[in-house]
Amino acid sequence: MESFFLYGAIYLSLIMILSLYRAVFGPTVLDRMIGVNAIGSKTTALLVLIGLIYQRVEMFVDIALAYACLNFIAVLAASRYFQKRKGLYDEHH
Amino acid sequence: MSLLAAILIISGLFFFTGGSIGILRFPDFYSRLHPAGKLDTMGLLMTMTGMALYTVQEFTLAAIFTSLKILLIIVFVFITSPTATHAILDAGVRAGLSPWTAPGKGERE
Repeated sequence: MESFFLYGAIYLSLIMILSLYRAVFGPTVLDRMIGVNAIGSKTTALLVLIGLIYQRVEMFVDIALAYACLNFIAVLAASRYFQKRKGLYDEHH
Repeated sequence: MSLLAAILIISGLFFFTGGSIGILRFPDFYSRLHPAGKLDTMGLLMTMTGMALYTVQEFTLAAIFTSLKILLIIVFVFITSPTATHAILDAGVRAGLSPWTAPGKGERE
């Protein structure tokens, strides 16, 4: 069962590269936020998976919970910030 | 029990993959929000319940509390993910991003 978690964790980190593409090349800033939000939620799942691999689930579940809160607040702050700024949507729009 | 956990985790990973590919392929910012929301909630729900089931196998008090904490994460993400998606959407609408219309149907407006 251990190796199953390990392969799952590796697979999950490979998927992160997919949404990393959206975070880097997203045309508008908001697409980048979607990418970062997706990576953030994948990291919470990855954290608990790693906890299972190391048999220290209690510690990693707390870290994953904290990370979920941080991810949420980061998205809120970023979207609040970008509401006011002008350079939000792509210029040639 | 651990087989059920494995199946749940695999289906969770499937939703993660589907959501990520959806975020890449969808044409417009607004339509990309849909898989992003799905990926957050559905993928996490499946994966986390799978892991909670796996942890609760030992039936010690600590294991039960840990799986309860995992369920707490699920509930937390279920509450916050729509709010976050709404915040991004609100920023997009205020910035004047017009929704994408299919090339064919665009002229009829």
